[in-house]
Amino acid sequence: MGTQFWVVQAFNGVSYGALLFLVGAGLSLIFGVMRIVNLSHGSYFLLGGYVALSVIGTTGSWLLSLPIATLTIAVVGLIMERLFLRPEGRAKLVRDALIALGIALVIRLMIGPILPQLLPGQIGNIIQVALVVIAFAIPIFLLLQRISAVAIEADVLRQVLMTVGFAFLFQQAALDIWGGNNFDIQPPSALTQSLVIGGTYLPLYRLFMIVGALVIGIVLWLAMEKTRMGASVRATVDDAQMARGVGIDTNKISMLIFALGAGMAALGGVIGGAFLGVYPGLDFEMLPIAFAVVIIGGMGSLGGAAIGALLVGLADNFGKALFPELAYFTLYAPMVLILAIKPTGLFGRD
Amino acid sequence: MGTQNFKIAAVIVSLLVLLIIVPYCNSFVVLLATRAMVFAILAMSLDILLGFTGLASLGQAAYFGVGAYLTAILANNYGFGLKWDFWLMVPIGLVVGGALAAFFGLFAIRATGTYFLMITLALGQCVWGLAYRWNSMTGGDNGITMKGGRPHFGIDLSSDINFFYLTFGFFAATLLALYILVRSPFGKSLLGIRERELRMRILGYNVWLHKYVAFIIAGAFGGLSGVLWAHANGIVTPETVVLTTSVDALLMTVLGGAGTLVGGAIGSAIVFGLREYVSTLVPWWQYVLGGVYVLTILYLPTGLMGIPGRISQWRNSQKKRETTKVASAPS
Repeated sequence: MGTQFWVVQAFNGVSYGALLFLVGAGLSLIFGVMRIVNLSHGSYFLLGGYVALSVIGTTGSWLLSLPIATLTIAVVGLIMERLFLRPEGRAKLVRDALIALGIALVIRLMIGPILPQLLPGQIGNIIQVALVVIAFAIPIFLLLQRISAVAIEADVLRQVLMTVGFAFLFQQAALDIWGGNNFDIQPPSALTQSLVIGGTYLPLYRLFMIVGALVIGIVLWLAMEKTRMGASVRATVDDAQMARGVGIDTNKISMLIFALGAGMAALGGVIGGAFLGVYPGLDFEMLPIAFAVVIIGGMGSLGGAAIGALLVGLADNFGKALFPELAYFTLYAPMVLILAIKPTGLFGRD
Repeated sequence: MGTQNFKIAAVIVSLLVLLIIVPYCNSFVVLLATRAMVFAILAMSLDILLGFTGLASLGQAAYFGVGAYLTAILANNYGFGLKWDFWLMVPIGLVVGGALAAFFGLFAIRATGTYFLMITLALGQCVWGLAYRWNSMTGGDNGITMKGGRPHFGIDLSSDINFFYLTFGFFAATLLALYILVRSPFGKSLLGIRERELRMRILGYNVWLHKYVAFIIAGAFGGLSGVLWAHANGIVTPETVVLTTSVDALLMTVLGGAGTLVGGAIGSAIVFGLREYVSTLVPWWQYVLGGVYVLTILYLPTGLMGIPGRISQWRNSQKKRETTKVASAPS
């Protein structure tokens, strides 16, 4: 184990940390602004990778897949936030209608295998399916209107279970759309070469990851520190009620942050797809690691997420290289210790 | 007291119905019921924390996994727990689950709310990490197959029916033990902590110690369910300790109704029933599971056990509305 080993491992750790920053920063800001523990964050990462695969498959352009995947998943996150996490006014009606349609569709599709005799002939007829679904959906919708749904904002357990439910829905959707195979995202050939510095090969792609995360981190930091919008976000993190009181539209802020967080996770999924791959189950592998980043750094802090990502990236790489049998233990044990000693993380505030 | 007696009678009758009907069903249902009862023990152990102490743990699978791995390792490497010594495995599972919880509790108990969730998640991930990577001990990703089969002590447990009866016995015993626990003065003080922690502290209760003991008891029964799971499943993999297992246990408890004990059992039956039954019908069964999560959270805050209460509450409010209408009519 010469210096080269340490240099390569440290380089890999830092570049993995760069990727983790993309995932963790969004999760951290979402918690800071909305006080929502979002367990579907790993799904955004996975879905980002899948969307990128489709874009590359149709256009052949890796560069184009970055913004498209980011924007698509940002919109997915936005819809989830508007309709399910913080519905207001008419959004509640849309949510109930969507749920009613979903239940009706499941009932209609279940009748097929359970009681086929109820559906004589023309089982695949789309008009018949639509009619049956609507016939079921209307009474369900009316029933849902009578049961007032419970807001999940104040209760962390409900947030966890609801967002996990979405993670399962996303997982199944990804399986239905993209199948169960393992994919790799091929970056352009210009990025697949290696730099040779003092006899050590440093893959250009990992260098690109570090630079990319640095640029995004600096832009975000400037936006948070130097713009009016950023000041509003910070105010909302510190005290949402007070921020509302002084006229900040916290509703808009939480929309923006949720979309931003989901988009960044998706971008991470595209970039990480080159060496982690894209496969079913990646979502729930990434999720606890993202939480480790957020916890170690402190929830709601951008700088904390950066430090947390760096530490987790290094701990993961050195853990796997030095103590392969204890690899994940070396990652989560520090998380436990930090939570026990300083629950708000290294940089978090109460 | 009348409704309480009625509830106890209802639970006993349902248990008897379960005990009588399931053995006449096909082997698929017998195995399904056995697994659901093992998870019911896990969900009820979690309910001690969630429903009776107000602590939402995201790491209950850790104790489940440790019980299961310990059973598998002892059976495969030392042939222990496959004959009459299975009866030693039961207290060992309880003690090891409890001991792990006693260790984890030192870190976790001080935290509340989100931080408690996060620290139990991290502790659970530590156990998962060891199970997943400690190849020489746990078989890594492939897990451990129970080579010796199920225990055999006069009664042959390799018969699914016999194993069903055994699991039923443990399930009923756990239900009884935990019921006595929550009805005891200790259980009442746990409820007090759930409702008003500060008041209990002012009254002079050692809140930390109460939570710690509840955490250990939950861990112990988690360990017991793990011992049974190893034999029910025949293979122990990192899947057992993965985050989604902890989340499943949480959902089962919330779906049935937290703070009711039997709610965990009902939730377990529904989740297992849905998952195993729907997955034989359609490939997209996970939509149903995800949907159950979302719907439970949105529309069933008190779980299935809370539905009668919600209906009568709704009726009362309707009545009130009518009486106020009548009262305001003359003016």
